[in-house]
Amino acid sequence: MSETGYVLEARGVVKVFGNHVALDKVNFGLMPGEVHALLGENGAGKSTLIKVLTGAYQPDGGEVLVESQPVTLNNPQHAQTYGIGTVYQEVNLLPNRSVAENLYLGHQPTRYGFVDRRRMERDARTVLARYGLDLDPGSELGTHSVAVQQIVAIARAVELSGKVLILDEPTASLDRNEVERLFDVVRSLKAQGLAVVFITHFLDQVFAIADRVTVLRNGRLIETRALTDVTRTDVVRLMLGKDISFSGATALEEARPAGEVLLDFRNYGRKRSVHPFNLTIHKGEVIGVAGLLGSGRTEMARIMFGADPADEGEVRVAGQKTAIDNPTDAISRGFGFCPEDRKAEGIFGELSVRENIVIALQGKLGWFSALNRDEQMEIAGRFGEAMDIRAASLDMPVKLLSGGNQQKVILSRWLATDPAFLILDEPTRGIDVGAHAEIVRTINRLRDEGLALVVISSELDEVVAYSSRIVVMRDREMVAELHGENINPGVIVQAIASNQTGASA
Amino acid sequence: MSRSLRPLLATAVIFAIAYGLSVMQFPGMFSTRVLGNFLTDNAFLGITAVGMTFVILSGGIDLSVGAVIGFTGVLVAVLISWMGLHPLVAFAIALIVAAVFGGLMGLAIHALEVPSFIVTLAGMFLARGGASVITQDSVPINHPFYDWISDLLIRLPGGGRLSFIGLLMIAVFVVGALVAHRTRFGSYVYALGGNTVSASLMGVPVARTTVAVYMLSSVLAALAGIVFSLYTSAGYPLAAVGVELDAISAVVIGGTLLAGGYGFVLGTFIGVMLLGLVQTYIIFDGTLSSWWTKIVIGVLLFLFIVLQRLIFAASAPGEKVAEKA
Repeated sequence: MSETGYVLEARGVVKVFGNHVALDKVNFGLMPGEVHALLGENGAGKSTLIKVLTGAYQPDGGEVLVESQPVTLNNPQHAQTYGIGTVYQEVNLLPNRSVAENLYLGHQPTRYGFVDRRRMERDARTVLARYGLDLDPGSELGTHSVAVQQIVAIARAVELSGKVLILDEPTASLDRNEVERLFDVVRSLKAQGLAVVFITHFLDQVFAIADRVTVLRNGRLIETRALTDVTRTDVVRLMLGKDISFSGATALEEARPAGEVLLDFRNYGRKRSVHPFNLTIHKGEVIGVAGLLGSGRTEMARIMFGADPADEGEVRVAGQKTAIDNPTDAISRGFGFCPEDRKAEGIFGELSVRENIVIALQGKLGWFSALNRDEQMEIAGRFGEAMDIRAASLDMPVKLLSGGNQQKVILSRWLATDPAFLILDEPTRGIDVGAHAEIVRTINRLRDEGLALVVISSELDEVVAYSSRIVVMRDREMVAELHGENINPGVIVQAIASNQTGASA
Repeated sequence: MSRSLRPLLATAVIFAIAYGLSVMQFPGMFSTRVLGNFLTDNAFLGITAVGMTFVILSGGIDLSVGAVIGFTGVLVAVLISWMGLHPLVAFAIALIVAAVFGGLMGLAIHALEVPSFIVTLAGMFLARGGASVITQDSVPINHPFYDWISDLLIRLPGGGRLSFIGLLMIAVFVVGALVAHRTRFGSYVYALGGNTVSASLMGVPVARTTVAVYMLSSVLAALAGIVFSLYTSAGYPLAAVGVELDAISAVVIGGTLLAGGYGFVLGTFIGVMLLGLVQTYIIFDGTLSSWWTKIVIGVLLFLFIVLQRLIFAASAPGEKVAEKA
């Protein structure tokens, strides 16, 4: 039976939710000592496959084999005993406990039935050192940056499993240096014979680190290929099942005359959050915000929207000096804000698509002019169609939608309020390539319709593609404003990197 | 860790200052006699509060403990006085009943995904109702064993007495602290309070831990009920009404975050002592209505909630925790 040589294998795995087939007879094999990229659009079945392989879900058909032996994985912990460890996109650790305990929870060294904390912290220090982390293992995990937490999560998974490491979008919240550091770790693990499954939306990263790639689409296995004999275009074609062109194509937007001034932030800032900045925003303009994680991008967005009120400087809306102390002020002046953390700050998971779309409009209308159900349906239907939200029904809970569709719901929510100014914080994070392109198209369309937008993004190619101007943030300060031909990734990287004093770690 | 130590420190400092001020006004309060009585009078509350600490650390709440104390008192009294069982047998039965009761509540909370608030509220009515169905009246306990235990005490220099039940409470706190801070089970409890999803993905046996936490709380409440019956030599169905709220107050004043995940068993001890101090002060004063106790507890509680809020909101990366509170 061991002729396959797979350390972990899924054979004809089927998983059905209600009447939706999430996985349809999928085969997937993982060799020891390889990095295997798992690609697919949102809703393609990647997460479901991972959950089946880690025992979080039980397959409705087919089987999971570990070293060619069929196994039943009852839960992630059980999978761990077979050497399968997982790191998720959101850090699934305990911010309230120490770093050492997060590494060893459930496996703490004990003496006479009591946890041997000294030994645990000593061991933790050794382990962390191997991952290039020099920190106090007794410190609370929540006091460290997301990047550090993610590396701790990887260390935990590897320490406890040791055969298979599943990385579910581990780089989504890491900056470039941190991604490199992570890749070094992955390469050394691979050299030790560990099998790594790597899920990401960044094709660059796939080509940088993976040996083989498996593409899923609509719950079906499309193909597994060695990366040496495929090109990027091949991979994208496999994922989307069609050809799409990836040209940025924006140089033509350059010549457009700027619209009238909509917003003027002067010396606007907040203590311990963002240094005062000056920014003038015109109608029909997209301001891209670039910068590393923790550079103050999100903080700037929150101040603009009044989520954190500014304590310095002033803002003029259409020439009128005004105060924006809370989101209600901002909304009444035609602002909208799509936050970075969609799940926690964007959607109301339990509420329906319809309710999620109308909620900002209702908030703007106030208590006494409730939208009735028909009006809600009409509005939600209109935007659902315009934004191409793929939901079985407008009355289904929004949490059941894929990330891309959730993002479209949030965009629709603000568009329903007929805004003049939209702030989008990482609108394409964690979204598949297809939905990605759609969001980018939407941004361009809104600009053409005369909206002013501020778009924060870590993906330079993307920022470059739609921005009329780019501001660069570094260390909570606006350090550059780029125009014209300076809008290219090279210049941005230079602006970010010049005088760089260590990333957020 | 320093962040979660701060409320504990604050409680300790407030206790020290309050005790110091009380002693300045009533020098009689600084005596082994008062300290001994402190422990004896608050033994049942302290034991209950240890269980409550575990529940709150795990991110839940247990409203049934007061009723369990009342029920246990009645059950023990009936088993001893009416059925003629030996107290130790009665105690064992009471503890087993409580373990089953708490286990079922934990199971319901986990399996039905119902908030602990509601499940333990139902538990509260069940236990209180059950006790009242058995008897409406106070059932006295006259048993040589009870007399023997009452005489079991360590005399301290200065006329103080360290009673058996006072020592039992200290033992429960010590064991509770060891379990919470030095065992895997303890770390699971904190894990549940931190983030249930993460905990389960990290392999924490969520179901088992949840059941165990509520079982522990009910068993300790039953133990408190036994202590209460030793203290009063009777079982009364309406005994210990509202003790669940005193226990919650002691836990929160002791520096445990009401949302779970942060706190210390030792803090709860100081919290209980602080509540006891307020009562003792009012007894010493003699002119104040005993309801002032409630007012002081209310003020303290509010103060500590504000304090926790400030501490957990001030340290930037812990935003998630602050949001939960």
